[in-house]
Amino acid sequence: MAEYLQSFLAPEWKWLAYLAAALIHCMLLNVVVAGGALIFIWLERKIAGRIQDRLGPTRVGGRFGWLQTLADGVKLIAKEDLMPAGADGLLFKIAPYVSFCASFCAYFALPFSDNWVAVRLNVAVFFIIAVLGLEVFGVILAGYASASKWSLFGAMREAAQVVSYEVPLGMCTVVPVVIAGTMDLVTIGQMQQGWFTNWFLLHDPFTFIIFWVYFTCATASVNRAPFDLAEAESELVAGFHTEYSGLRWSIFFMAEYGSMFAVSGLAAILFFGGWNGPLPLTQWLGMADSQNSLVIYLVNLLGLLNFLFKATFGVIFMMWVRWTLPRLRIDQVMTTCLKYCTPIAAAMFLGTTLWCYAFPAGWLLAPSQPLGEVREGWLTQPAAVDLKGPPEGAPTSRSVAEKNWDRHLATTVSAETRGTSLGASPIFQRPARSVATKEARP
Amino acid sequence: MIHWHSFFFLLFGLTACVFALAVVFTNNVVRMAFYLVLSLGATSGLFFLAGADFVGAMQLMIYVGGTLVLLVFGVMLTAQSPFISMKTRAGEWIASMVAGGLLLWVLLTAAFNVEEWRAVSAVPLTQQTTPGEGTEPGVETPVTAARLGLGLLGARVDRLEVVDAPEGAQSQVVAGLSGYLLPFEIVSVHLLVVLVGAAYLARPKKRMTTGPHGDTE
Repeated sequence: MAEYLQSFLAPEWKWLAYLAAALIHCMLLNVVVAGGALIFIWLERKIAGRIQDRLGPTRVGGRFGWLQTLADGVKLIAKEDLMPAGADGLLFKIAPYVSFCASFCAYFALPFSDNWVAVRLNVAVFFIIAVLGLEVFGVILAGYASASKWSLFGAMREAAQVVSYEVPLGMCTVVPVVIAGTMDLVTIGQMQQGWFTNWFLLHDPFTFIIFWVYFTCATASVNRAPFDLAEAESELVAGFHTEYSGLRWSIFFMAEYGSMFAVSGLAAILFFGGWNGPLPLTQWLGMADSQNSLVIYLVNLLGLLNFLFKATFGVIFMMWVRWTLPRLRIDQVMTTCLKYCTPIAAAMFLGTTLWCYAFPAGWLLAPSQPLGEVREGWLTQPAAVDLKGPPEGAPTSRSVAEKNWDRHLATTVSAETRGTSLGASPIFQRPARSVATKEARP
Repeated sequence: MIHWHSFFFLLFGLTACVFALAVVFTNNVVRMAFYLVLSLGATSGLFFLAGADFVGAMQLMIYVGGTLVLLVFGVMLTAQSPFISMKTRAGEWIASMVAGGLLLWVLLTAAFNVEEWRAVSAVPLTQQTTPGEGTEPGVETPVTAARLGLGLLGARVDRLEVVDAPEGAQSQVVAGLSGYLLPFEIVSVHLLVVLVGAAYLARPKKRMTTGPHGDTE
């Protein structure tokens, strides 16, 4: 993108292109996080209302009250920014931003459609899990700096809970990674294209179970009910944000809704095929094979809608759970994590690896077409999209994944020729050559 | 014209250094932990800048997300009023200066004694490579951390050994096995022993008391 912008700029202003490209990416992600929070808070109130047989907001912005969040925001801006007398000023002020930063950084590596991602990392799954784990810092700092016992209790519970739930959450995300053979979220999404039977959720019974474990752990790690012990109103006033008011308080909520969407988006890519719809619609229409950049853009836009729908459905599911189940006690939270989620995740991990070993081609819900094969980040065989059976002798149409892979390969190869990759280092070439000479010897 | 790579390197490097100094010069325990978070976070930013995404994410996961959360958690529980602001005595300053200075000296001498790590070396890099690596003359070998990693795995690529091949065949160069694998393993086992010892010391003392029903606890 920076190269594209550079073509419009005079040579002495070329440095501006990188800044502009970075700013555009950041602004787009900010729109997703902040705009998403606006919509989700309204949705939360409407869904809570419906579940409790109420109407929810109805007045602001017409019949459905869809401007309610904006009105709330104006109210929050107008509120006084209070700080307790005994508070640690610096930490108290900075804590909400720490939470929000962690939640926002996770979006850097989250692809929204095929190759629509701010930074394409080959360890994207790991990065997102690592960064989302940092959100707890804001909560701990807020709890400590508030100089209030309610806040401190909330922060202690949050720290214990999040650190515990990182373990099963990590195990659950490893399962799709094992099936895919890569941690690159774009490649994981591309491998699931085609019919919905290609989704990793339906890969085998173990992944179907582990999705629910993942969702439980994700709900707990983003501190949502029934795991919202850090802000248990019935016991701790409001937990870690008891002393916060105004806009500073609302930043915590932006962080919370941001991470809810992030973990739902991760679930959508890992288990629900990401931006690929349930039916290979774009392939039927022949749009996926198109060389026209406008058509490719449209396909990606459709993929974006698919992804947003799946991730939003995940968030709505979390809201549904929140207004349905009562809050757990702290010992029940720990029991759920250590006695249920972790052993189940471990067993399912073992089951999935055995399944992959026993039925490499699938068994019960066999994929309608072979999944792509990736090993160590190298796509050895892209997913073949097979619509009417392969015509004999006819050249098979190249799938989107294959084309994208070629593009990716081109960049990798150019990086290697520049000498930035390990592959260019003589150390890593030497063993291969010695093997070759050995074989050449009579 | 701004060179963005240098700009961000300086930014992350300065952030890491400034907050590392802030850790040393703050009296407040919790703020120390928070500055350490920022310092280590900036270090992971340096890793991302160098293209080592996995190491950067590892740094975030293990140090910032794991170790420091536990640290802050522990500090929060012990941060009562007598401990919350720490005053350092003169003797402690001297002792810590000696220990820290020695560590700095060891690290600096180790870092500057390795020829390949010097940015401007007297001998061009292509001539330093051992004959077995067979780089084409004129092609500059990129200096990466891979040699260090291989050294930890037991293969010193700067000390390759020439194996005498059977007659007629070309003599073969294999990776030298005089690496750091043994010291590395000894250190890990030592750490494990320390952890077991700490767990043993921290466990509650068992008393042979009789319960209400006469059975021992």
